[in-house]
Amino acid sequence: MDIMPKRHTVHLIARHAEGTIWLARYMERIENLARILDVTNTFARDADDSRNWLSVPRINGDLVEFHKRHQVATQRSVGEFYLLDTTNETSVQSFIIAARENARTLRALISTEMWLQINVFYGHIRALDAASIVPEHFTAVCNMLKDGAQSHTGITEGTFYRDQAWHFYMIGRYLERADQTTRLLDTRFHSLVPREDASDNIDAGQWNALLRAAAGYHAYRREHPNGYHPQEVACFLLSNRAFPRSVGLNLGRVERHLTQLRTGYGLRGMSAALERLDQLIATMTYQNVTELASRDLSPFLDFVQREIGALHQDIVETFGG
Amino acid sequence: MPVGAASQSQSQSQLQPHGTLQGYDPNAFFCEMLRQGQPQHPTLTLLLSRLAALPISSLRQRAADAERDLLERGITFTVYSDATAIDRILPFDLIPRVITPTEWNQIETGVIQRVRALNMFLRDIYHERKILADKIVPEALVLQNAGYCQAMVGFNVPYNTYVHVCGTDIVRDETGEFRVLEDNARTPSGVAYVVENRHMSLRVMSDLMTGLRVRGVEEYGLRLHNAMAEIAPAAVSDPQVVVLSPGIFNSAYFEHVFLAREMGVPLVEGRDLTVEGGKVWMRTTAGLAAVHTIYRRIGDDFLDPDVFNKDSMLGVRGLIDCWRHGTVAIANAVGTGVADDKAIYAYMPRIIRYYLSEEPILKNVDTRICAEPEALAYTLDHLAELVTKPVAESGGYGILIGPHASKQQLEDFRALLKADPSNYISQPTLKLSVSPTLCDDGVRPRHIDLRPFAVTGKDTWVLPGGLTRVALKQGTLVVNSSQGGGTKDTWVLA
Repeated sequence: MDIMPKRHTVHLIARHAEGTIWLARYMERIENLARILDVTNTFARDADDSRNWLSVPRINGDLVEFHKRHQVATQRSVGEFYLLDTTNETSVQSFIIAARENARTLRALISTEMWLQINVFYGHIRALDAASIVPEHFTAVCNMLKDGAQSHTGITEGTFYRDQAWHFYMIGRYLERADQTTRLLDTRFHSLVPREDASDNIDAGQWNALLRAAAGYHAYRREHPNGYHPQEVACFLLSNRAFPRSVGLNLGRVERHLTQLRTGYGLRGMSAALERLDQLIATMTYQNVTELASRDLSPFLDFVQREIGALHQDIVETFGG
Repeated sequence: MPVGAASQSQSQSQLQPHGTLQGYDPNAFFCEMLRQGQPQHPTLTLLLSRLAALPISSLRQRAADAERDLLERGITFTVYSDATAIDRILPFDLIPRVITPTEWNQIETGVIQRVRALNMFLRDIYHERKILADKIVPEALVLQNAGYCQAMVGFNVPYNTYVHVCGTDIVRDETGEFRVLEDNARTPSGVAYVVENRHMSLRVMSDLMTGLRVRGVEEYGLRLHNAMAEIAPAAVSDPQVVVLSPGIFNSAYFEHVFLAREMGVPLVEGRDLTVEGGKVWMRTTAGLAAVHTIYRRIGDDFLDPDVFNKDSMLGVRGLIDCWRHGTVAIANAVGTGVADDKAIYAYMPRIIRYYLSEEPILKNVDTRICAEPEALAYTLDHLAELVTKPVAESGGYGILIGPHASKQQLEDFRALLKADPSNYISQPTLKLSVSPTLCDDGVRPRHIDLRPFAVTGKDTWVLPGGLTRVALKQGTLVVNSSQGGGTKDTWVLA
């Protein structure tokens, strides 16, 4: 609670609230994409190289756009599509351009350090070219992207003044993380779970890759030293309340920030969003997820993704420009 | 004939370039560092020896650091050419320009005097028009001026302040005399660079400043906010100020951000504001919130599609009506363009005498108004010696600098001038003062000017120093950022 009595109300321009959500989402997307590319490059190598690389546009729902530009999925073509192609709206190029434009719009709100880092990061990403994505540099590029996005996260944690704009920023970050984890789970889970219950045959390498892409490999090992079980992986990624990228944890954070906006800043009109969120969070129990995962998880994950999208819409329509 | 050599023989106590500044020769121009013919100032002597002791390689390293820093910080302006937009930095020269307390006193009082006269002139021409009736300024020059705004006639503004932020462009001639080149009374820009340049000096040239008493520039945002609060509607106790910008694609957007941050107020665009019930509101996350003062960085024409440019997407419909009803304040006031017109400029000394019964503290550059037949004849006869400028342009466009023009350029310009004489004024070519500047071939004299910023609500306050612009190309006099100029930090000694 405030130690000082409030002297005057600090307003947040509605358009800027939406901008902060987007800034956070784009920066998260860069990190997630880098993580997936890196893991695909490093851990997901088996005989069918093309299938592995194709999983990246599949996760991102980009198959149509990808095939408009490339015939075969390889490190080269997927790398070009996601690291260099400015005409692809889901490339890191498009993300950093959009993130920087949002940051420019929000320049008067965000900290100088945040702006400076985004501006420099922008320069590094814009300088990527065909030579930077050759096999021997591929991991270094992914690391540069992860470093940049994580620096952003750290600088934001340490310097962004925690008033309304920060709450909206955090909502954007957590919505994006929840969304990304569902996508990751959806595609990989789909291809990994065998028709019948024959979990012994599951390719451990693929589960590794899935968990590493979500930065959850070691935590999962610690929780489940005995091996991989589809239901447990699904629970870990959806319901775990300690794993920073679990859908449940992130939705809980969204709820917390929405509630703080309501109680701390008197923002009204979010009942619909909170209602939707409550119902969604209620589905993320171990019991529910275990049961769903024993059948087909896909329809549920589709539902979660739609609801996350609807939540973003609810929030933007209520408070945004 | 190099004056440097002459002054050497005149006085042994004259400052001499040495070390890194060896070979620096301002020739016939007044140098802000050496101050030929003026008594030495101990701080300048110290500064010169510190500078002279810095190896050129160190200066270059610092300059490179500063340039990278500006780029990384996005302290840039946008240059539009054809379909492309490029972010450029305004080059920063790391050798500061110094103003002594005596000089600053003259500039400060001179600027305050000028701002007072400008405000009284604006008040008069939108009300009683006494100065026109007394034939001090030709009526047609004011009433038919493109900057004269009918909507302002008979309208009262708080404290009779029209020009809340004024940028007065001042140069120094070869005798060391300050002269006003022009007034910028609409939306003068550049103040962000004054503060950023100081930060840059502290980052890359702190050893140069050690122990010197240089006046701070940090107060600007606070002073501006106070002035904006003073002019807010009287009944409001805690007025909401906003900065109104055309948006991120405007070339001065960086400065708009700076102003909002330094004042601690929202940076808005026209689409964030709306008029309801005779008041201006901003769209916030909590609904509509009242706005009391708008520091606008949008030209008059785009402010309100109901009153001015109907196609403007940048402004706010109904804004001017609210202003006229006193529910919101706008700074600068609409219709100030008539006062900073280059044709009116020629009359400024008379305007100051008329309203204040004082002699101008800062002189004008001698100016001929080509609308007057004798002046036109003189200008045509002496085109090759004069600087001739269109009255309605800014940013240094359309200027003919006679001594630097080719025969063809002179002939072309002669035709332009004859076709529309009243669009031009002419002035003698100024021998602008120079300042030591880091150039490709070493530290060399380059021409500079000065734009101090005056903030006026109830009273006028002048930010100590101002923006020093430097013409980086050898011999050139044009310091505008759009034409290859750079900037320097400006140190007013305490």
